[in-house]
Amino acid sequence: MTSAFNAKKDERCLVSGNEAIARAVWEAGVNVAAAYPGTPSTEIIEYLSQYSTIYTEWSVNEKVSLEVAIGASLAGSRAFCAMKHVGMNVASDAFMTQTLMGVNAGMVIAVADDVGLSSSQNEQDSRYWGRFAHLPILEPSDSQETYEMTKYAFELSEQFDTPVIIRLTTRVCHVKTLLTIQGERIEREVGGFKKDPDHWVMTPVAARKRLPIMFAREQKLRDHTEISPLNSLHKGTDAKLGFVTSGPAFLHVLEAYPQASILKLGFSHPAPLEKIKSLAKQVDYLVVVEETEKLLETEIRASGVLNVYGKDILPNIGELSPNILQPAVDKLLGKEVSEDKKNSNKLFPRPPTMCVACPHLGPYFALAHMRNVNITGDIGCYTLGAGQPWNALDTCISMGASMGVAHGMDKGRGDIDSKKAIVAVIGDSTFLHMGMQGLVDITYNKGNVTVLLLDNRAVGMTGGQNNPGMGKDLHNQDTVRINFVQLVEALGVKKERIRVVNPYELPNVMKALREETKIAEPSVIITNEPCVLVDAYESRVPLKVVAEDCTGCGNCLDTGCPAIFVTHRETVVKPNGREKELAFVRIDSDVCTGCNLCTKPCAPDCIIPMSGKDLQQKVVEFRSQEPK
Amino acid sequence: MNTIENHTITNILVSGIGGQGVMTAAEILAESAIDQGFDVKKTEVAGMAQRGGVVTSHVRFGHKVLSPIIVEGQADIMLSFEAAEALRWEHWLKKEAVVLVNNNHLEPPVVNLGLFDYPEDPIAQLNTSDKIIGYFDATAIARELGNLKLVNTIMLGAVSDFLPFPAEVVRNNIISRFQQRKPKLVAINEQAFDMGRAKSETIRNS
Repeated sequence: MTSAFNAKKDERCLVSGNEAIARAVWEAGVNVAAAYPGTPSTEIIEYLSQYSTIYTEWSVNEKVSLEVAIGASLAGSRAFCAMKHVGMNVASDAFMTQTLMGVNAGMVIAVADDVGLSSSQNEQDSRYWGRFAHLPILEPSDSQETYEMTKYAFELSEQFDTPVIIRLTTRVCHVKTLLTIQGERIEREVGGFKKDPDHWVMTPVAARKRLPIMFAREQKLRDHTEISPLNSLHKGTDAKLGFVTSGPAFLHVLEAYPQASILKLGFSHPAPLEKIKSLAKQVDYLVVVEETEKLLETEIRASGVLNVYGKDILPNIGELSPNILQPAVDKLLGKEVSEDKKNSNKLFPRPPTMCVACPHLGPYFALAHMRNVNITGDIGCYTLGAGQPWNALDTCISMGASMGVAHGMDKGRGDIDSKKAIVAVIGDSTFLHMGMQGLVDITYNKGNVTVLLLDNRAVGMTGGQNNPGMGKDLHNQDTVRINFVQLVEALGVKKERIRVVNPYELPNVMKALREETKIAEPSVIITNEPCVLVDAYESRVPLKVVAEDCTGCGNCLDTGCPAIFVTHRETVVKPNGREKELAFVRIDSDVCTGCNLCTKPCAPDCIIPMSGKDLQQKVVEFRSQEPK
Repeated sequence: MNTIENHTITNILVSGIGGQGVMTAAEILAESAIDQGFDVKKTEVAGMAQRGGVVTSHVRFGHKVLSPIIVEGQADIMLSFEAAEALRWEHWLKKEAVVLVNNNHLEPPVVNLGLFDYPEDPIAQLNTSDKIIGYFDATAIARELGNLKLVNTIMLGAVSDFLPFPAEVVRNNIISRFQQRKPKLVAINEQAFDMGRAKSETIRNS
């Protein structure tokens, strides 16, 4: 099947919202697009990077990506940036003033809300930014709409001199639906930057002049949403029931209540209140179905509509899929509601794990074996260190927060914590994103934090994207590689307090942590092995357990490597009378990459590389398992 | 022969563990349905959930698909890449649903650490009275064929006769994928598909 990248006009393809938006950005004649990876928005810029006519980049963080887009717009090029919902918090400083300035060429920001928290630290509603910054919010519900609305968003941006937000959710970004391509790229003349301090230099004097312009723009947009074809009424036969909804929730409503009248808001802010009021008059119940917060509902209530329902019957967290929606609305209508089907099977959980041979396993093994330590964490794969078997991460808040939080824990500690060491764990990409400033704060203010900088040369959690610490750009071309040792020294960490360790060499990792946490000044321990998902990672000969020598100590299981499996357990009574459970293990040679980490804690030294003979035998074993 | 041709929308739940190829299998089912002129929607997961965690993809097709989500109790077919994961999603199935399971037990670290138990035999715990269940060790067959990634093709072969279109549609989709990307693997995938298909023949005729 063709991808959106290859498709010609009138061709159909099965694509995600992320792929659809990339195609639309290309067609809209955009010249510059920037992003920082973040689920569920990551693939947008990856798809865009296929189009050689557009300049695309991984920016160091979302604020910079927005500023790059602003600059390109000022230079007269249509510009685009994409980010996940929490990325917008980072970008918001630039954003809240850009809305005053307006745009030169069209500028669109795609913000992807992780409704349902598939891979995020919070669930926030990016539609607030429309209210906060007085600009338009468009909300597609599938790939076709994403494609069409994105192209329209650039027109809207130029027509009203405003940045435009396309609000996506996980169920738009990561659902594949059919897309019919409607056109090809239209090149646009780049008008150039026109110096105009009153417009582009936001001093108090200039900004004060822009404020009324912004509010006048909002009023014009409000009038416009009343007539926008993106806000359309699906007239139903049920005179009782009406809905106001947007995004994927519209599809859930239409599926559950095809007979109802449904006002679908594709252009959801400013809200078309007259249209909504008119529908309210025609039905008994007007139900607002919005993911996730009570925004439209509040505005509708404030406009004097009385027969409105919303978060009084629906949850303000997670998706409003038909199985959530239907029982709530049926109950409102006085219908009998049957009990939800529940899974009666009591089953173990299967939380996300770190990968086989992940270079973070060793450092977490070491942290888990430290006493008297508080460990502040950060956003990335290594957040999983909070889970089993390590339980070695005590906080996770926002990108880069491990630094400031560690420093605050140090400065705010009472006598009860006087002997505790404080370790901040952060990855390379997160450190460059927003961690550096925190480290400057620690050194500048004479803090006492041991930073464990897990440099795996990738943005691991989102799939191993390149970053400035890797020496490769978005297009996998060679570029400068940030030298972390020089960087942290320049940020004020003493040379002798900077150590580079191989994360698979457990004794060295443990020694470095032990020593640095004892010294009352900032130190940085940098690990230096790549993520197993990136090209630079090389597998070695897989390991095996010599079963007859395994004593069941279970130390290898403490690494958390998912290639190690328990074959059987035994309970023995130790000389002191205590019972001890033994766990005898095997290694799945199909997935083991021979990283050797598990050989380090193995008490009887019974984990060894497979020999050529073993590897041959492995094949024979497989043969003998003839399916019956 | 049990098919679901009369239903307006066909709901297929593909379940497994991050990294097992759940998304690819769902993609092939979705594309096969498109080849037959259906409207299709398919959900995906990315980010943290993919790291060895529980993963599902909802594939829905029919004349016109609205919501991309299969409602609990409405899946016509489940294709599960791991035994316990079939049990985890049992409540998503409607009565008379078809369930095809790779009877392969993959214990997560929390089980190996002794914190939770893995069921002795997850398949035996499935309620057989109201559904049609087929299971076999597709991983063992893939090993026999010399490439563990073939589990995907084997499972698609197993499900291919339960779809509202001919099995060859799925088979051709797989073959043309490999012809474009890895032509050397066409023959082995054809073999894997046919072995999977043969595995579900007995339950089809029962």
